[in-house]
Amino acid sequence: MATLKMLTGNYAAAYGAKLARVEVFPAFPISPQSPVMEKIAEFIENGELDAEFIPAESEHSVMAAAIAAEAMGARTFTATSAQGLLYMHENLFVASGIRLPVVMAIVNRTVGPPNTVLNDLSDSLDQRDTAWIQMYAENAQEVHDMIPQAYRIGEDPRVLLPVAVCYEGIIISHYMEPVEILDQEKVDRFLPPYRPTHAVLDPDRPMSLGQIVMDDTYITEIKYQQQEAMDRSKAVIQEVDEAFGNTFGRTYGGLFQTEGMEGAEVALLTLGSLASTVRAVVRQLREEDGLPIGFIKLRAFRPFPSQELRDSLSNMKAVAVLEKGVSIGAGGAVFLDVSHCFNRRDDNPLLIDYVLGLGGRDVTFEEVRNIALRLFEERAADSVENPIRWYQVRGL
Amino acid sequence: MIKNAREILPEEDFFHPGHPLCPGCPGGIALRWIMKVLGRDSIANVGATCLCLPTHVYPHSLEVPSLYIAMAPSPAGISGMSAAIRVLKRKGVIPAERKINIFAISGDGSTADIGLASLSGAAERNDDGLYFCFDNEAYMNTGIQRSSTTPQFSWTYSTTKGKTQRKKDLPRIMAAHDIPYVATLSVGYPEDFIKKVEKARDMEPGFKYFQIHGPCPTGWRFPENKTVEMARLAVETGFWSLYEVVHGSLRVTYRPSKQRPVIDYIKLQGRFQGLTDADIQQLQQWVDEKLKDLNQ
Repeated sequence: MATLKMLTGNYAAAYGAKLARVEVFPAFPISPQSPVMEKIAEFIENGELDAEFIPAESEHSVMAAAIAAEAMGARTFTATSAQGLLYMHENLFVASGIRLPVVMAIVNRTVGPPNTVLNDLSDSLDQRDTAWIQMYAENAQEVHDMIPQAYRIGEDPRVLLPVAVCYEGIIISHYMEPVEILDQEKVDRFLPPYRPTHAVLDPDRPMSLGQIVMDDTYITEIKYQQQEAMDRSKAVIQEVDEAFGNTFGRTYGGLFQTEGMEGAEVALLTLGSLASTVRAVVRQLREEDGLPIGFIKLRAFRPFPSQELRDSLSNMKAVAVLEKGVSIGAGGAVFLDVSHCFNRRDDNPLLIDYVLGLGGRDVTFEEVRNIALRLFEERAADSVENPIRWYQVRGL
Repeated sequence: MIKNAREILPEEDFFHPGHPLCPGCPGGIALRWIMKVLGRDSIANVGATCLCLPTHVYPHSLEVPSLYIAMAPSPAGISGMSAAIRVLKRKGVIPAERKINIFAISGDGSTADIGLASLSGAAERNDDGLYFCFDNEAYMNTGIQRSSTTPQFSWTYSTTKGKTQRKKDLPRIMAAHDIPYVATLSVGYPEDFIKKVEKARDMEPGFKYFQIHGPCPTGWRFPENKTVEMARLAVETGFWSLYEVVHGSLRVTYRPSKQRPVIDYIKLQGRFQGLTDADIQQLQQWVDEKLKDLNQ
């Protein structure tokens, strides 16, 4: 039986991992992730979860231990944030390069300096080139639901890539919400045990993983296989979302979720916890002010759903991307990828990027509403002077 | 009397001839012995070392499963593998009675420098496996740069006038971790080498640390047919000592009948060319202090 409990996002993640029957859990404490580690360590100590906890001495070793455990054929989970994620960066490529479907909760936190435990998405967006699937959750329930889904996506023979479930620190990780905890029997049916054959260290069937090559032997081809796996994962993410819906009665839209796109002239696109605010603004503008405005919540940042977004956005006059992160010197990472969706000569929507919410700065309903109204005014413009808008900068 | 390795080791090889190591490389000797002792039911964790060449450089491989993660974290690899084996045995995926030897092998730079935190972490957790540091006293695989285990006055490409600092005494640091077993090894003493690895293999679960002294003809500048001679001279002069630490209790496993002066060892190596009498005196003093300490 599913049960309703008041849980923080971190505990929702920990319960999700427990239900997924993770087998090895290496971790290193870092705020705001630490409660995930504490809770899972407690599950293991209490005997509620038959797994091994490795209290590693650094995140670099955490990811190395995760790789080694997963390469032995054990389902492996870990969690980290910000500087800790960056410390394991080199090993992220190893997990995806060996095709090990490790799952990690990234509890988003701003990468300093200035150092803070508050959040934006600068840590996980920065890992976009590591060939990890990245899914963003809006609230604790979605975090909980995404952990078993992440294993089913990553372990699918068409995919075999590691998966990060990203959610913002403090605002999701530490605030309590009612969360429906999934039923273990149903999860067991939804997610069978991980018993791999493609990459597993077995003395009866020896295999070398993580080879070194002295020339360009197969490097291009191996990277291309990762690209193909990423491409295939799009369909798998959709299928798993539907299968989850069939079993548990909740779906999230797969790669992204849309609302009010029919007949809309402009749309706001965002990801993570900001989706709740942006959705509320869009609903008000549409329902109370009668404005033709749509809403998109991006869930998968990798694979980036370029084709699918183009199909949804190409009829818009203008689209604003609201994101808590920026690639300094260019623009928001999400915005840059959205821009790549439109590579044809025909009419494309005007694209505007709003960089906001950095370092946990609150993004208010009013601010989002102003962005929406301005977008509506600008929708007929041929161009704007600078589409990358740093919003909320004090003194500007 | 030193026994020949062939007299005490099984015939079967899990390490292939025709490997790409330099001629005269002691790593090939060491890895061959290790593989013979650990056997088919073992899994390797290779860190950055010249021994990547025969184990992980395509198309070369060991005949047992092997994983290369990155330069530093092969100790954490031991942690992950041994944890996975425990849980998979509980779940019946791996038969409970099956003994699988997890081992890591990595260079001195990746062990004593970049991977020291990982090594210390795995040792402190007493994770189950054998760790072999192949100590050829510099970053040899990247082209001979100094490491913290390079001895004082040694030439390398990053210490062209000789290293000013002394060699880091890593086995002592490892002994301070209170792990079941720490031992030093030399390819000049096969019986001592093999007995120690067998002993650690058959001990209770826990972290076992080995440091293999590896005279490197390429990096140390000596003829490639002198590897074993150099390994023995290191021990006969006290430059390297053979001992084991079992649960904190130290035992010297081989004592030269007469300690030879360090000059006998260093004069044969290009890396120590151009040392003054005072430099040699300083090295001799370092060796004497080390031996005094060891004998106490």
